[in-house]
Amino acid sequence: MVDFLRKLFGKEKQQQPERPKAADMITTAPLSDQQITAIVSNQNANYEMKQLVASVGQSVGKQRDHNEDSLLAFTNTISGSAESIPFGLYIVADGMGGHQFGEVASNAAIRLIAGNITKKFHSYLYGLPTQMIQDSLQEVMEESIREAHKYVQREAPGSGTTVTAALVLGQQVTIAHVGDSRAYSVYPDGRMEPITRDHSLVKRLEELGHLSKDEAATFPHRNVLIRALGQGEVLEADIFTVPFPTTGYLMICSDGLWGVINEKDMFRAITDAPTLHRASQNLVEAANAAGGPDNISVILVQLIG
Amino acid sequence: MESGSGDEAPRQQLLSGSTLVNRYSIQDVIGVGGMGSVYRARDLHFPNVVKLVAVKEMINMAPDPLIRETIVQNFEREANLLATLNHSSIPRIYDYFTQESRSYLVLEFVHGKDLETVINDANGFLPEDQVISWGIQLCDVLSYLHGHKPDPIVFRDMKPSNVMINHNGDVILVDFGIAKAFQSGIKGTMIGTEGYSPPEQYRGEASTLADVYSLGATLHHALTRRDPRMEPPFSFAERPVRRINTNVSVEMEAVINTALQYNPNERFPNAAAMKDALLNVARHTGMLSKITTALPVAVGGIKPLWSFKCEDELRGTPLLHQGSLYVGCYDNNLYSINAADGTFQWKYATEGGVVTKPAHQDGNIFFGSEDKCLHVVNSRTGKMVWKYYTEGKVRSSPRIAEGHVFFGSDDQDLHAVNVNTGRAVWKFATDAPIYSTPLVVNELVYTGTESGAVYGVDFRGALKWRFQAKRAVSSSANFQGQALFFTSVDSTLYALDMKNGWAIWKFRLGKASVSSPAVADDYVFAGAADGFIYCVDNHNAKEIWRFKTDNQITSSPVIYKDSLYCGSVDGNLYCLEYRTGRLRWKFATKAAIIGSPIVHDDIVYVGSTDHQVYALFA
Repeated sequence: MVDFLRKLFGKEKQQQPERPKAADMITTAPLSDQQITAIVSNQNANYEMKQLVASVGQSVGKQRDHNEDSLLAFTNTISGSAESIPFGLYIVADGMGGHQFGEVASNAAIRLIAGNITKKFHSYLYGLPTQMIQDSLQEVMEESIREAHKYVQREAPGSGTTVTAALVLGQQVTIAHVGDSRAYSVYPDGRMEPITRDHSLVKRLEELGHLSKDEAATFPHRNVLIRALGQGEVLEADIFTVPFPTTGYLMICSDGLWGVINEKDMFRAITDAPTLHRASQNLVEAANAAGGPDNISVILVQLIG
Repeated sequence: MESGSGDEAPRQQLLSGSTLVNRYSIQDVIGVGGMGSVYRARDLHFPNVVKLVAVKEMINMAPDPLIRETIVQNFEREANLLATLNHSSIPRIYDYFTQESRSYLVLEFVHGKDLETVINDANGFLPEDQVISWGIQLCDVLSYLHGHKPDPIVFRDMKPSNVMINHNGDVILVDFGIAKAFQSGIKGTMIGTEGYSPPEQYRGEASTLADVYSLGATLHHALTRRDPRMEPPFSFAERPVRRINTNVSVEMEAVINTALQYNPNERFPNAAAMKDALLNVARHTGMLSKITTALPVAVGGIKPLWSFKCEDELRGTPLLHQGSLYVGCYDNNLYSINAADGTFQWKYATEGGVVTKPAHQDGNIFFGSEDKCLHVVNSRTGKMVWKYYTEGKVRSSPRIAEGHVFFGSDDQDLHAVNVNTGRAVWKFATDAPIYSTPLVVNELVYTGTESGAVYGVDFRGALKWRFQAKRAVSSSANFQGQALFFTSVDSTLYALDMKNGWAIWKFRLGKASVSSPAVADDYVFAGAADGFIYCVDNHNAKEIWRFKTDNQITSSPVIYKDSLYCGSVDGNLYCLEYRTGRLRWKFATKAAIIGSPIVHDDIVYVGSTDHQVYALFA
């Protein structure tokens, strides 16, 4: 509050004479937990995060002969009115369709989505004279998904792909999501909160109460999707915006990771690593150590000051 | 056509006037699917009569020769299957052929519209008896297909867009695109089209009972106008027909529920049994007698606790503070009214209309007037404490935060004034008059202007960011989490990132809006000049519900407990259940309500342009 007033009256001289330092008269007492959290959260609020860093990991796995996953990690900043704003685009796509070109679908999806988004932000990203972008972030995402969907339908009929795309701008993450790849907010206290909801039959049946958690774990059709990019006339992607987990990590991965090792092990693989880069490699190794039944893709993103 | 089928435009539609195999003269495109177009064509083998046919085209774009071949095979299978069928609800097939990368199927041309178009074009719900009669015909054709020898034919793709309604009102089942419903890859990954398909179809089991389910889904869509592709799969049980369309009979709802059972064994055992059930409904309801249900709503039953009459229109929003209601009036006065009984306490005269919502701080009431001043008066006595002059009318309501009062003026400045001394701390110059009430959160001040700009300004009066809407932003911003919400005269509800002003999403309103959004749970609410009150999901801009009033809405909705309160220019104050948008009650005043209500201790207060202030039980 005092700080605030000082800011407000920045130009004027302070009216009150400076008080003598009164440290001697103060008896100190330990701060309560509540006070500490208040102070910590207060500092976070004032502390402007400046930059994104990302690392990726990818493996074909132990049991497949080719890779149908695709991923993209692109990190930059863009200029705002007062300061530069972190910008990041992170996408994981898990193609399917076997001989019908799963990798064609996942490659194309990433190329189309990233192409469309970077085209929109082109002048911001490369410091050119800018015109305001007319579309909202969610509209940009929606259009990108729609274009990719049409393209895959046309060029690789019969195939499909999951897409989990995160567009980070400042401290907000706009997600576009179809299928069963996942985005998580990973917090330092061990919480791994899925941000996305799988578009899978097993998830849907679980939500409807037709399957218990245990039944879901052993459900024979765990890999049946009810939505995929390139499939169906009407594709409705989940598009929404959530705050970036500023104290932890944003993680995006294919089911070759989350379907193979549990959240506790994923968390350990991340936090045991000395660097962000190592953390991605640890995750891939853990999934391979557990049999590596599917292609593995993971992206970890952190906001640093 | 042959000459035009070069590589440069492989997906081009056939032009009208072009001729296929010297026989079918293309007239028009009547449909576009994932694999090609459907055309209306004239069969030139009948030169003396106009014989129209439908030509279904499939363009083979697959780069892999194996897939290309499979696709042609699927197409020919569809053709051969159709050729063996003979039923009045199945189009006759005349011909099929393949030319380079395009295959064509020539079918009976159905004069009419598909059911999806019929549903979408209808002005309201389709009549139940009409849907029953189509349902009965669809059961007939399904029975025919399911009884096919040697093997039953499962249609697999029953949905409104595959049901044509011909000019006699009879149904024709089209598009036996059986092969594309399922694709399986090596790892056993399957992808299904969602919406009308039953759960077991996702497991790769498609029996005749799957068609019964899909027919149930089709009838559900026809009666509710809710497209199941836009809803979570298998969620019909969560939205029974009569919850959406109360005109439908209990019996009809029961038939649809049975067809839509999750477990195939609990559905009708076959299409014939479903037909019998539909015939029973028709008998019970007489097919002609409509069931009309009255709105279960209190109208006119609401009596105000008190009302208070001023000398001119009330256009602003009242403030309740320590048992007194303060409200500005177009008769230039600020009134103080006893909130308990509506008795007059004092009034304070300015030299212009008062349309702002007062604010209070330390026993003083702050409000702007069209006499260009911000007035500060003692809340008990109504005596002036101080007055602050701007160079334009003040229609932006004051916001008090951190010892300062922030407000805009027609002089195009955002003013920050010390609450105690009445001295200007800074002015921030914008490019247009400000009607919007500033919002102060996290050390930033947010305001819109009549040029459509929205500013984020820090506490020193320095610009942090600026956003440009297409037209004026007269509404006041609200926020939740890191998102800032406001409406604009450009007919959009915006969500911006509060830190940097980037648009997160936009929601299109039917008309312009000056209504300030309210927030509760994960929802944002706002009214618009099209008369609707909208409820939108704040994460993804999906509409949750909308409620129609009989005239424009300039009032801003407020949320109190489970209800939303909002005035309309139609003169009513509406109380809706905010999660569903269902009307709880409405209260009619004698003229338009322009200002916004406030709610305190289960009492709603609202001013009307009929010159009165009303207090009502919430």
